[in-house]
Amino acid sequence: MSVEKLIFEKGAPGRHSDVLPAMDVPEQPLDDLLPAEFQRATPAALPEVSEIEVVRHYTHLSQRNFGVDVGFYPLGSCTMKYNPKINEETASMPGFARIHPLASESMTQGAIQLLYELERYIAEITGMQRVTLQPAAGAHGEITGLMIIKAYHESRGDIHRDIVLIPDGAHGTNPASATLANYQTVELKSDKRGGVDVAHLKEMLAKYEGKIAALMMTNPNTLGVFDERIVEIAQLVHDAGGQLYYDGANANAIMGITRPGDMGFDVVHLNLHKTMSTPHGGGGPGAGPIGVAKHLVPFLPGPLPAHGREGYYWQDAGPQSIGRVRANFGNFLVLVRAYTYIRSNGPDGLRHISESAVLNANYLMQALKSDYLLPYDRTCMHEFVLSADRQKALGVSALDIAKRILDFGMYPPTIYFPLIVHEALMIEPTETETLETLDEFIAVMRQIAREAREEPSLLLDAPHVTVVGRLDQTLAARKPDLCWRPDVRAGRPAEVAETANTR
Amino acid sequence: MSYVPNTVAEQEAMLREVGATSIEDLLAPIPAEVRLKRPLDLPPALGEPDVRRLLMALAEQNADLDHYPSFLGAGSYDHVIPSVVPQLFKRSEFYTSYTPYQPELSQGMLQAIYEFQTMVCELTEMEVANASLYDGSTSVVEATLMAVGPSGRGEVVVSRALDPQYRATLKVYAWARGFTLREVGLEDGATSLTALQEAITPDTKAVIVQHPNFFGSLEDMRAIEKVTHASKALLIVAITEPASLGVIAPPGAYNADIVAAEGQSLGSPMGYGGPALGLFATRSELVRRAPGRLVGKTVDNRGQTGYVLTLQTREQHIRRERATSNICTNQSLLALAATIYLASLGKQGFQAMARQCLQKAHHAQQRIAEIPGFSPLFSRPFFDEFAMATPLPAEQINAALRDRSIIGGYELARDYPEFGDALLFCVTEHRTRDEIETLATALEEITGSAE
Ligand SMILES: Cc1ncc(COP(=O)(O)O)c(C=O)c1O
Repeated sequence: MSVEKLIFEKGAPGRHSDVLPAMDVPEQPLDDLLPAEFQRATPAALPEVSEIEVVRHYTHLSQRNFGVDVGFYPLGSCTMKYNPKINEETASMPGFARIHPLASESMTQGAIQLLYELERYIAEITGMQRVTLQPAAGAHGEITGLMIIKAYHESRGDIHRDIVLIPDGAHGTNPASATLANYQTVELKSDKRGGVDVAHLKEMLAKYEGKIAALMMTNPNTLGVFDERIVEIAQLVHDAGGQLYYDGANANAIMGITRPGDMGFDVVHLNLHKTMSTPHGGGGPGAGPIGVAKHLVPFLPGPLPAHGREGYYWQDAGPQSIGRVRANFGNFLVLVRAYTYIRSNGPDGLRHISESAVLNANYLMQALKSDYLLPYDRTCMHEFVLSADRQKALGVSALDIAKRILDFGMYPPTIYFPLIVHEALMIEPTETETLETLDEFIAVMRQIAREAREEPSLLLDAPHVTVVGRLDQTLAARKPDLCWRPDVRAGRPAEVAETANTR
Repeated sequence: MSYVPNTVAEQEAMLREVGATSIEDLLAPIPAEVRLKRPLDLPPALGEPDVRRLLMALAEQNADLDHYPSFLGAGSYDHVIPSVVPQLFKRSEFYTSYTPYQPELSQGMLQAIYEFQTMVCELTEMEVANASLYDGSTSVVEATLMAVGPSGRGEVVVSRALDPQYRATLKVYAWARGFTLREVGLEDGATSLTALQEAITPDTKAVIVQHPNFFGSLEDMRAIEKVTHASKALLIVAITEPASLGVIAPPGAYNADIVAAEGQSLGSPMGYGGPALGLFATRSELVRRAPGRLVGKTVDNRGQTGYVLTLQTREQHIRRERATSNICTNQSLLALAATIYLASLGKQGFQAMARQCLQKAHHAQQRIAEIPGFSPLFSRPFFDEFAMATPLPAEQINAALRDRSIIGGYELARDYPEFGDALLFCVTEHRTRDEIETLATALEEITGSAE
């Protein structure tokens, strides 16, 4: 247990590190260059610390953080696999890290070539015609895909389609993205086996005849089960004039085995920060490229990488393109990592990854289903969802179980998602975990199930060995303290506090 | 190269454990008709040294800023990055972690983001900042969506001096969401106040102005603020060059409602434009309408200070179709880099850096203006970018600079044909006097004015 002061509470006035280049041009009076009314009145109250203080502070913070490099991270839906170090090395090469997006094409041939090839690899892996690499994350891919679908319907004069169907197990970004594209969402029920309830789908398609713009789904879905009726579902939606959007968050289960394009999907995003091993960075950056079927290619954002007699170049989007969805070309350094990963693994390697991810998940599921309720008891893909309902009856929740797992030096599963499972514990081990780690996790989960019966206070008070104990979320939301106030900083002149606080 | 640790024998044992004879048994739910019946058509696997060689060969075909001094800005800026920044943000306890859903095991990242939010508030003099958005362009989009509100309708007025790529991005979202964009023209390289006044209607939800604007010029933000707030519109200030905040008046000083900025300047590698860092700040009373993650301070069950993700009822995982934004994954690692960068430069260093940009850019502008045929396109004050009319077509000049291993300015005619032959130059603190002189001499040679 310990507290690390904020960087603002460290240092002393006047302390700094020397990191600036020489001021080697003749200095002119500030007022001559910048009339007074444009000048900043009070400097930003940034820290005043020496280099060693910066280094120690952020090193300490890193020690108060847990990543895949530290231990097991079975956070469902997030695919927390090992992030290969060679990817970090290639993404740091100056020829990638230190290039300007607006430099001429002749000065960035290697970058455009890499993106050109990566686009084709992703198209092949997803079974789609072409790909845009612009979206910065999965949710950004979703809104981009929905805008493409919207443009497609509009191009056909089909302007009354304003509904997007979304299964009840879907991730929150799906409905949020649909709203952004100005669609109404209609929730689809799941059936007893965890797939889309096809009878309900038919009912909704009939009820909203002529109004369905798209169905968004992921397969395997958020329960980790593969929807066997996907071909029928795709057929039904297409017959009703809708398009199929594939949320690729779960693509780690299917590489080289099946492809969204072959299942009938029209738009697919991949979360490269999940499936393609690019690190999640404590919350980002990721990359969420989308692939589209042939009929949607004209609507893709531009520009797109192209190859001609003069080498690689950026081809402007055509007249039907929706336009661009961000500045520049995408999260390039993330794309470099994904490219590195695909080249390292090759076609057989990618398939082996998915098969191993499926095996690891099934291994855990079989071992844990006697101690925890498994609401959908069938072969899973790369992840599975347990319910803590049995423990809940003893007064212990999924949250308490998650907090207790922390005491064993592991990150817990995703909890309370998907919403269709009570007290959900969503477990995704990924393919990069050893048998020993899986066995260790099984032992921990069994011990916790036993503690829930015999010594529930161990769970209710957990975690016990982390740097802080269970944190008060209610207080945080009721009295939001989102930034360190200069007026409570000791030793700061009052006027600094005042200016910084006025809007 | 494989990162799957378990051996064939181990996997066989695991299969037996789950009651399967082969992996095929586990894949049985996938119908045959959707199975891929051939290997993926991808290049074969490479070992680590071969991958390194391949990527090195691609990287070497690009003009990196260590070998090509750059006078190109236009949204991406070449600032000095102290070596502590990458050394620290690349610690793998940070970069291999997920969004801090379990705060007790993520205090490091949470505290860093809390420090980041504080620093963004300090730089902008706004009251609250979020944990980051994708980039500057999508941050402007999010700010606009927030101003437009849940109806998705209304009008938004945008200055033509907003980065052309940002305007293009905004246009797509406006079409999809259903609000109207009105563009306001320019006067002497800045937003025309008269045109702005005319564009604002009772339906205007927001006015978007970039400061310093795309041409590097400083806008008359106080006048713009008055006109904006005379109607009920919100003032959204877009910033692509936050280094300017070391010396120019910040948005809070002129009553901005939302700041949407690109934070790449603050310690992130340029990386061909991505990943970048969306900064977002606003006023306290608007925080419940804000997009993205927020980190808040709280206490644990032992009374110790700690940090958590908070005000999450705004977000997609709880509010779903009624969320304030669809964002989930953001750009945390770059927010961490910015935090370390700002801590490293510190209060004095950040100001000194900004003043160097200002001085070096003015030195360069004055030097180039001495060359026959080059003249400032606009007369307004500027920070580290300035537009010059050129005596030859801008592409021709840039091609000749390229032959001399210099990255020239932005060819303005690409987006502003009305200005004819003109280049937008950027000079940060990273450029040396020698490099500026090399550029000026090259321009003299190229345009035939060299002795
Ligand atoms: C099923 C699912 N869909 C969509 C997303 C959103 O992806 P991102 O966080 O990259 O925006 C996620 C990620 O959490 C997810 O798990």
